[in-house]
Amino acid sequence: MAQTLAEQILSHAAGYSVQAEDVITASVDLVMAHDSISPSIIKVLREELQAPRVWDPERVALVVDHVAPASSIQTAEAQARLRRFAREEGIGHLFDVGRGISHQVLIEERLARPGMLIVGSDSHSTAYGAVGAFGTGMGTTDIALALATGQTWLRVPETVRIRATGRLQPGVGAKDLGLYVARMLRADGATYRSVEWHGVDFLSIGDRMTLATLSIEVGGKAGLIPPTGPAAADLDVPNWLRVEEGAHYEQTLDVDLALLTPQIAMPSYVDNVADLADVGRVAVDVVYLGTCTNGRHEDMATAARILRGRRLAPGVRMLVVPASSQALELAIADGTLTTLLQAGATIGTPGCGACIGRHMGVLAPGEVCLFTGNRNFRGRMGSPESQIYLGSPAVAAATAVTGYITDPRELEAVDEAEALFA
Amino acid sequence: MATIWRFGADVNTDQIVPGRYAPYMTSEAELPTFAFIEARPEFAKTMQRGDLIVAGRNFGCGSSREYAPLALKLLGVGAIIAPSFARIFFRNALNLGIPLFEADLTHLADGATATLDRATGIVTSGGETITLPPPAAWIREVWEAGGIVPYFRTHGHFPGQAGN
Repeated sequence: MAQTLAEQILSHAAGYSVQAEDVITASVDLVMAHDSISPSIIKVLREELQAPRVWDPERVALVVDHVAPASSIQTAEAQARLRRFAREEGIGHLFDVGRGISHQVLIEERLARPGMLIVGSDSHSTAYGAVGAFGTGMGTTDIALALATGQTWLRVPETVRIRATGRLQPGVGAKDLGLYVARMLRADGATYRSVEWHGVDFLSIGDRMTLATLSIEVGGKAGLIPPTGPAAADLDVPNWLRVEEGAHYEQTLDVDLALLTPQIAMPSYVDNVADLADVGRVAVDVVYLGTCTNGRHEDMATAARILRGRRLAPGVRMLVVPASSQALELAIADGTLTTLLQAGATIGTPGCGACIGRHMGVLAPGEVCLFTGNRNFRGRMGSPESQIYLGSPAVAAATAVTGYITDPRELEAVDEAEALFA
Repeated sequence: MATIWRFGADVNTDQIVPGRYAPYMTSEAELPTFAFIEARPEFAKTMQRGDLIVAGRNFGCGSSREYAPLALKLLGVGAIIAPSFARIFFRNALNLGIPLFEADLTHLADGATATLDRATGIVTSGGETITLPPPAAWIREVWEAGGIVPYFRTHGHFPGQAGN
């Protein structure tokens, strides 16, 4: 019987053919844990499970990204404990302060690969779907159990298919598609479903990560992009992993990409989405470019194209937190970073930044932020009296220039007019 | 008698315990006092053990932070009843042994008194008797074990595993 990508990967992980609704025990290929909950994971592992060792140190990745570098003695101490744990366990895949956000790093390092089952201590572990892996976020106890046993239990999810056709207009990107899907499906529209994104073969791995990370924002258990198209050409795709004719999709959402315009998620729900054109004039204090959803080199480069030769609007701060050290290096090499700095932006250490409101640009009461991240919940980035609007890197750059939420195509029109008279 | 604490739809884990109040940033001992600290500051101060959370759909959406349901468990929340739960929260709560019921009781008033018999799923409130839909057998087994760790230690395998 034809299977969805989720059913294929979970059949492989279970060792027999499974289908949606089955409750299975599956072997995990990789377990990711980050600094934020590593103290409690180590505690459950050692004290409650009394596990002397992790099941396979080669298949564990530890990342210091949530508060990196440490902001307090307490977080510094917890990170020191994590490093000690890695040494005790012989875990080589420890990615320390400054390497970047777990999801970005695991994909760059090719630890996340097509067909894998990956569990991570972070809800945006759906990111691994960008390379055709079933990535899913779990809490402390599940991650500790997976570390101890190399296994996890799952209910095989049904699948919601997003079927995109056509091509995106200039100034419109994967983020706009992701937000549009949240608008249509709503925050629980794919609860415990696998979200399969079809018709996006033209997207880069980075843009696929944008879609995969946003899959949890509609409730998805996983967000899978078929590992096909030019960007997937050098991925090692197992021969059993492919979109199968006749697979059962519980629901299909059709999206004509050519009709898509810049989208904005307004405070304080990710599915509170409107066309930017209908949002009105919203003045901002901060523009924040970063996160696993949109903090990659290509996102910074998109912003730099708009910011080249321009300055931030008076009174606007722009924080850029690269998703990884590799993204930062690329931005240095091609001049993107210089352009951003010349425009007046400031740069943070690669990592999660202020996405969880803990450090590196926390918002004050009354402040308004245009954020390229994935959550705009009340208080997410700091004060519960601040307001977060989610948008694409292009919208972020255009907004930084004008000081209010701006369609990047308006600035591009100015550029074109100037070019005509140059 | 338990008191009902009514919440709306799409209650996210940042509302239950903001990331800034994680044990990583503060302390484990204080965790219960941070439940709904910004969304509903009186909750942790005045709720009584056994009180019920009755909410709208998609309760617990957002992050995978287990300290959100853990804070509710440590406070002694009797059960959470909502038409639907975000699944990471559902799983975390199940792993910790917190009873969740998928039912819409949002017609019940905030502050109303109620009783819940967890074994039968019968709720009484204001003269009304409601039977909550029973959870799947494997879910009940995990509850009865007191969470996934005791379940795993007793059974030596996960729910749903072959031979279960």
